[in-house]
Amino acid sequence: MVNRETTDLGEADATRSLRTPAIVLTRGVETEALSNVGEADDPQTVFSVRGLDVHYGPTIAVAGIDLDIPARQITALIGPSGCGKSTFLRCFNRTNDLIPGAKVSGSVLYHGLDLYGPQIDPVEVRRRIGMVFQKPNPFPKSIYDNVAFGPRVNGQRKGLDEVVEHALTRAALWDEVKDKLKKSGLALSGGQQQRLCIARALAVNPDVVLMDEPCSALDPIATSRIEDLMVELKRDYTIVIVTHNMQQAARVSDRTAFFTAEVRDSGDRVGVLVEYDHTETIFTAPSDPRTEGYITGRFG
Amino acid sequence: MSLLEPDLDSVVRLPRQSARRRVSDRAFLIVLIISFGLALAGLVALLWYVFDTGLPAFGPRLWRRFPSLNPAISGARSAVFGTLWVLAVTAVLAVPIGIGAAVYLEEFAPADKWYTRWIALNIQNLAGVPSIVYGILGLAFIARGPIDLGPVVLTGGIILALLVLPIVIIASREAIRAVPESLRHGSFALGATRLQTARRQVLPAAVPGIATGVILALSRAIGEAAPLIMIGAFTYVPFNPTGLDSKFTVLPIQIFDWIGRPQEGFTQLAAAACILLLVILLVMNAIAIWLRNRYEQRW
Repeated sequence: MVNRETTDLGEADATRSLRTPAIVLTRGVETEALSNVGEADDPQTVFSVRGLDVHYGPTIAVAGIDLDIPARQITALIGPSGCGKSTFLRCFNRTNDLIPGAKVSGSVLYHGLDLYGPQIDPVEVRRRIGMVFQKPNPFPKSIYDNVAFGPRVNGQRKGLDEVVEHALTRAALWDEVKDKLKKSGLALSGGQQQRLCIARALAVNPDVVLMDEPCSALDPIATSRIEDLMVELKRDYTIVIVTHNMQQAARVSDRTAFFTAEVRDSGDRVGVLVEYDHTETIFTAPSDPRTEGYITGRFG
Repeated sequence: MSLLEPDLDSVVRLPRQSARRRVSDRAFLIVLIISFGLALAGLVALLWYVFDTGLPAFGPRLWRRFPSLNPAISGARSAVFGTLWVLAVTAVLAVPIGIGAAVYLEEFAPADKWYTRWIALNIQNLAGVPSIVYGILGLAFIARGPIDLGPVVLTGGIILALLVLPIVIIASREAIRAVPESLRHGSFALGATRLQTARRQVLPAAVPGIATGVILALSRAIGEAAPLIMIGAFTYVPFNPTGLDSKFTVLPIQIFDWIGRPQEGFTQLAAAACILLLVILLVMNAIAIWLRNRYEQRW
């Protein structure tokens, strides 16, 4: 089992870089999780999910998920609508907490640290694990303020210009917007807005970027730019992407998890993980007939 | 019959509208037009009377001269300034408290708990309470009773603030609710706390709607006479307020007082003061509409 040692080092230094190996997810407590070596503490594994269930009030949405997310790779979650892949994605940065009545059980270990442990502050989790949403949702502020918002709420006051330029450059948007940083983020095109949202997520220097169908509202050209960007970003970031688009999963991801909805005896539709493997294996030699049926377009 | 095979018979032979349905449709339309006509006629009659009577007496003396027993030289300077003073106190009290309450109810209060719904329901009820009731409250607790401030500017401002507070809260809640959830999620996903999200994202995005609501609420306050008369505001005040503890009068009270006097001149003055009040209201509403159009956010 996972050895989760919590070492209290006294006062946490709030200003220290978020990219240091020490993980600061709790207020006032630092945890040297990476020093632990164990099955799930393999530095190559960012998330280790075991027996995860998500309930919305009395109904169960996702059940019994076991999955490991490797570092600095793109993991795609695919499956038909209503199979719970977005719900599952939201477990990684505790955004399910924001939905009234949602309850997560089981364990999600992040570098060996239980994200749903009693000492974890969900706000700190979200600072480390960024998210890009289905519909581009820039704030009704200037492009600059959109990107600077994350660092600002994290208490950064100086050097914002560099952070903004760096984040926009990483998101392949700098050249298009460098002369109009004061313009509203809402004035950009859909694809630019989505890259702005990616830049915004990168500006807080996250460890992981979660993407919930980031291209479903975009045209093919904007989509391909985002896909190139994802491949570029995986050198530094771990990316988990939910997509409806199987070609997209095949093009960009290293690993693919196929989810589907099972109808239980009670009549509930419950999301389950069918198969999880290297993307190539999933698309060329799936071991489960349901996966094969889905990727060959026979259902879903 | 399956969905894929449309019922061709019924498509081809569109049944004629029955005579009974046509008559009831038309009758309903006529009722609507009559209702609209009555409302419009009432407004036009009122405006016509006010302008016909008041226009000759309307002029700068209304805000330049103090009231006098001689209608020929009388003005409403003290009432105009009293109105401004009381309205300022009302705004200072009602706006921050109202917006704060709305932000709490929308962003922090547990929406599924009975007490949240109970509070929200009672705010709705308070918005419908007759203004005279607030006047009685003010008389019993603020003008006299435990607080005993007397019939001064501060008392009037507090009473009108209580009166418009439910309106400010309801309008602000509507504006905050109109801010899309995706904005909050985007903010939370960057590690913003609930407070940071409310203060830096939701509130700025809701400001145009809130400002509109606030101005409409203050427009309501500006026309109130009853609660202020109840707390004992004076009808004849020949000086401007100099502070929160000054005696005061306001335009509606001045109008009420002039209308009760027998001289023709005062009736004209009352109508002229009505025009002044209408102009102030129109300007405030115009600002509200301008704000809404200028800063309205299209999501």
